[in-house]
Amino acid sequence: MDKFRMIFQFLQSNQESFMNGICGIMALASAQMYSAFDFNCPCLPRYNLAYGLGILLVPPFILFLLGFVLNNNVSMLAEEWRRPRGQRGKDPAVLRYMFCSMAQRAMIAPVVWVSVTLLDGKCITCAFCTSVPVETLGNASHLGLSEWEMKRVLARIPCKEIYDGQELIANEVAVRYLRCISQALGWCFVLLMTTLAFLVRSLRPCFTQAAFLKSRYWSHYIDIERKLFDETCAEHARSFAKVCIQQFFQGMSTDLAAARCHPCGKGRADAGEAAEKLLGITDQGTMNTALKSWHRCKPPLHLHPPALHSDNGWAGEQQPPAHPSASRREMAAYYSRV
Amino acid sequence: MDRFRMIFQYFQSNSESVMNGICGLLALASVKMYTCFDFSCPCLPQYNMAYGLGIMFVPPIALFLCGLILNRQSLVMLEEWRRPQGHRKKDLAVIRYMCSSIMQRAMVAPVVWIIVTLLDGKCLICAFSGSVDPEKFVGFANTSPVQVQQLLAKVPCKDDELMRNNTSRKAVSRYLRCWSQALGWSILLILIVAAFLARWLRPCFNQATLLQARHWSNYIDIEQKIFEETCCEHSRLFAHKCILHFFESMRQEIKLHSFSLPWEGEGAEGEEYLLRGITDQDQVNKLLKMWYYEKPPLDVSQV
Repeated sequence: MDKFRMIFQFLQSNQESFMNGICGIMALASAQMYSAFDFNCPCLPRYNLAYGLGILLVPPFILFLLGFVLNNNVSMLAEEWRRPRGQRGKDPAVLRYMFCSMAQRAMIAPVVWVSVTLLDGKCITCAFCTSVPVETLGNASHLGLSEWEMKRVLARIPCKEIYDGQELIANEVAVRYLRCISQALGWCFVLLMTTLAFLVRSLRPCFTQAAFLKSRYWSHYIDIERKLFDETCAEHARSFAKVCIQQFFQGMSTDLAAARCHPCGKGRADAGEAAEKLLGITDQGTMNTALKSWHRCKPPLHLHPPALHSDNGWAGEQQPPAHPSASRREMAAYYSRV
Repeated sequence: MDRFRMIFQYFQSNSESVMNGICGLLALASVKMYTCFDFSCPCLPQYNMAYGLGIMFVPPIALFLCGLILNRQSLVMLEEWRRPQGHRKKDLAVIRYMCSSIMQRAMVAPVVWIIVTLLDGKCLICAFSGSVDPEKFVGFANTSPVQVQQLLAKVPCKDDELMRNNTSRKAVSRYLRCWSQALGWSILLILIVAAFLARWLRPCFNQATLLQARHWSNYIDIEQKIFEETCCEHSRLFAHKCILHFFESMRQEIKLHSFSLPWEGEGAEGEEYLLRGITDQDQVNKLLKMWYYEKPPLDVSQV
C-alpha cells in the first residue's frame, strides 16, 4: 500500500512530466500516422485544392480535439467551471491556467502534423499545382491553350503517369518549384511556432510569476482533492458493502434459526474462526435460500447500528437476541452454563 | 519506495546530468531530422541561394530555441533574474554562470545541424552553384551569361534532362562539395579546439568565483524543486483534512436531524470508523450532492 502511495505521490508531483509524456507520444503518433497515410491526389482542377488543404488542415483539428479528450483534466476543468459557488469562491485565474496548460499540450500533435505535411511537400504540390507560374517556368504562350485547358493540364502535375503537359512545363521543374515553396513554408512555420513557445515560456517569469505560482498551486490542489475524495468515497463504499452484506447474512441465519427452533452449534465457545466465517449458514439448503434471497430481495441500503452491549451482568437469556455478534453469543453461552 | 525516493533524489541532485542528457538527445534528433528531410533544390536562378541558405540556417535557429525551451534551468534563471530583491540579495555572477551554461547546451544541436549540412554538401551546392566562375569549367565557358546562369542553377539537379550526362555538372558539383566539406571540417576543428582550451584554461582564471557561482546556481535549482515538492505535499494534506472535515460536518448534521441509533462507540474501529457515520443511501446521496453544490470552504483551521 505504501509503495502505491509513493508511486502515486511521485506521479502527482510529476504530473506535468506525465502529461508531457502523453504529449510526446501523441506527437510521435501523428508523425507515424502521416507516414502511414497513403496520399492520393485526385489530379482534377477543383478537387486538388480541396483535397490538399483538407489533408493539411482537417487531421490537425481532429488531433487537437483528441488531445483534449485524452487529457484527464478536462472533466476537472469543466466541473470546477460549472459548480455552484457554495461556500468556496471561484478563481477565474485558476480556470484560465488550467485551460491554457491543456491547450498548449493539445497543440503539439497538430503542429507536428502540419510541419511534417509541409516539409514533405505532397499536400502543397497537390493543392497549388494549378497556380504554378507557367510564364516564367515554362512556355505558356507557345501552345495557345485556353485557361481551362491549361488548368486541366497543370492539375495533373502530381500524377506523373498521366501528365501530358511536358511541352507546357516540365513535370520535374514544376514539382521542384512547388516542393521548394512548401518546404520553405514548413520551416517558417516551425520557426514561428518555436518562437511563440519560447516567448510564452520566457515572458511569464518576467511579468506574472506570483499570480502563476498561486494558480498552479490551486489547480494542483483541485486535482488532488478530487482524487482523494474519490478514494475516500471508494473506501466508504467498500465498508458500506461489507457491513451491508454481513448484516444480510446475519439476518438470514437468525431468521433460519428462529424458523427451525433448535440451538445450532454456533453457541459453543470453542466455535473457532472458520465457524465464524460461515456466518451461521452450514448446510446446502440454507445456502441456497441465502443465494435466492440475495437475488430476489436485496437488502435496503440502510445499515443497522450494532446492537447495544448489555454488560449489566444479566445472564438469563435462553435464546440469542435479535442481532447477536459472535462475541456476545459466547458471553451468553458462558453465563447460561453458570 | 526507497528506490523511488533514491531515483528522485538522484535526479534532483544531478540536474546538470539531466540537462546534458536532453542536450545529447536534441543533437541526435537534429541528425535524424536532417537524414529524414528530403532535400530538393529548386534549381531556379533566384530561388537556389534562398533555399540553400534557408535550409542551412533556419532549422538551427529553431533547434536553438527548442534547446532553450526544453531546459528547465532557463526558467529558473529568468525567475532569479526578475525576482524582487526582498531579503535575499541577487548575485549577478550566478545569473551569468547559469546563462552561459544554458547557452552552451542550447548551442550544441544547431552546431551539429550546420556541420552535418556542410559535410553532406547538398546545401552549399544548391546555394552557390550559380556563383561559380563559369570560365573554370569547360561545359559552361562558351555560353551566353543568361544561359550560363540557367545551366549553373540546374547543377544540383542530377536528373534534369539538360544535366543528365553533363560532365561539367559533375565537376562543378565536386568543386562545391569539396569547399563545403573543407568548411565543415574546419568549423568542427575550431570548435573542438576552442572547447578544449576553454576547459583546460578555465581553472587558471577565477576558480574560486566559478566554484561559488556553480554552487549557488545548483542551490537555486534544488531549492525550487523542493519548494514545488513541498507545495504538492502540502496541498495533499490540505485536501485530506478538508475532506475529513467535510465528512465530519455531514455526520454532525445527520446526527442533529435524525433519530437513528448512534453508530460510534468509544472504541469505534475498523469498518465503523471508515463509514464515518454515513450508513444510508439517502445520507450518501445527500453527501455527494453537498459535495457538488456546496464545496466546503478552503479553511481547515478549526479541525
